Amino acid sequence: MYFLIASGLSLIYGLMGVLNFAHGALLTVGAYATWWTSTHVGGGPGTKLLVGALAGVAVGGILAALIELVLIRPLYRRPVEQVLVTVGLALALNALVEAIWGFDARPFPVPSWLIDTTTVFGANIPNDRFLEIGVAAAVLVGLTLFLRYTRYGLIIRAGVENRAMVTALGIDVRRAFTLVFALGGMAAALAGVLSGVYYGVVDPGRGTSLLIFAFIVVVIGGFGSIGGTAVAAVVVGLIQQYANYYASSGLGDLAVVLLLAIVLLLRPEGLSPKVAH
Amino acid sequence: MALIRVDDLHVYLGESHVLQGVSFEVPEGGVTALLGRNGVGKTTTLRAIMGLVPRRGTVTLAGEETTRLATHQIVRRGIGYVPEDRDVFAGLTVDENLRLSERNGLPRYELVYELFPELKTRGGQRAGTLSGGQQQMVAIARALLNDNPVLLVDEPTKGLAPLLVTEVASALERAAELATVLLVEQNLAVVERVAQQVVVLDGGRVVHTGPATELLRDRATIQSLLGVSGGGH
Repeated sequence: MYFLIASGLSLIYGLMGVLNFAHGALLTVGAYATWWTSTHVGGGPGTKLLVGALAGVAVGGILAALIELVLIRPLYRRPVEQVLVTVGLALALNALVEAIWGFDARPFPVPSWLIDTTTVFGANIPNDRFLEIGVAAAVLVGLTLFLRYTRYGLIIRAGVENRAMVTALGIDVRRAFTLVFALGGMAAALAGVLSGVYYGVVDPGRGTSLLIFAFIVVVIGGFGSIGGTAVAAVVVGLIQQYANYYASSGLGDLAVVLLLAIVLLLRPEGLSPKVAH
Repeated sequence: MALIRVDDLHVYLGESHVLQGVSFEVPEGGVTALLGRNGVGKTTTLRAIMGLVPRRGTVTLAGEETTRLATHQIVRRGIGYVPEDRDVFAGLTVDENLRLSERNGLPRYELVYELFPELKTRGGQRAGTLSGGQQQMVAIARALLNDNPVLLVDEPTKGLAPLLVTEVASALERAAELATVLLVEQNLAVVERVAQQVVVLDGGRVVHTGPATELLRDRATIQSLLGVSGGGH
């Protein structure tokens, strides 16, 4: 889940230099769009979840593209204003969700087979974990193939290295900006869907709480690096869970912050420096 | 007829007034060399023509004012750009660097590989692992890949071994057969070999324009304008 949120953040910062604090709100909006759609379509829980997820991901992508076109694009080369706008937007979107659907958590459409467990080497693992791992792996493979084998992927990889030189080759890099924002929004919304499946509910504060760890993952992985982000997401997730389980509940967050401090001291550019591959 | 006309160009970088009303013309065909001491604004002039720095004044390309256009739009009017320090994409392969540069029409891979056969054999190598000379080949190849009527080339021989300087100069001569070249170059031997016109900058202003042979013969003027002994040798 961390990877899904962080991959978009990483590409957006790597390519555009924009710290998108509204990224967590896209997760929340995606999750609520999924929940809302699922309550308005027929069929079993599986169908509801699938249709809702498609709608949620679409809403996340469209909203992200609109944010880039309307709010971010006029503020290129003005990083302070960009931060203020994205922070303000995050607050506004969360407030909007709370105003429409209230503060209470809403039940997410989760099919029973996802709640069941599968025994692996003696451990009973809820099936939704396999779905989450599978989706994250599929997104990683998809993004990697997109970046490596498509024209836009080439532009994004080059833009992460040197945006000005990409424009000096006659390429309108702003289209790539919109595309990256949309892809990031879709991935965040997908994370919203999976977080709904994981927790069984959706609430307005979900995106904000996960965004903090997503930023940590991006810093550890290296801005603009999808591979680095994937590795960092796994490392952060494992350390957090192991510390919570074997030490004391709540120590996981502290362990992650300590890991961040160590990485910043030893390798400030992150595990994989600013090259999108 | 002037293919490029620069009129009263001003550029501020921070507090510094780098270009203070630069005006000159680049005739169609051949090579015009933009000369001057370090820090007089040669690179900034090229970057201003490309729209890579905020500027005031007018730049006209083949009769069309380009000052209000974005960089990618200016390039699509037919400008190839070889930046100072090459700026190849280190994480991309040589092939990817070239593929990224392709625009409309047929990319001229035959020409590029004829000039720099090494690039063909190193197509799968990451540009960041190439030598400085090989990176310069990639940078020039990117500009030559498309049928651009104008090439802006910024210090292509900087930091290169003498053998590579000769190779780059040959490439520039060939490029000048296909396009109008505005060249920033410190190496006067290269200027003498390839340039027909010169524009000399000093203190952010144009202080001399004229035929290259005329300037390069006048050692005293070269010494006073460029601060180097002249003759290109």
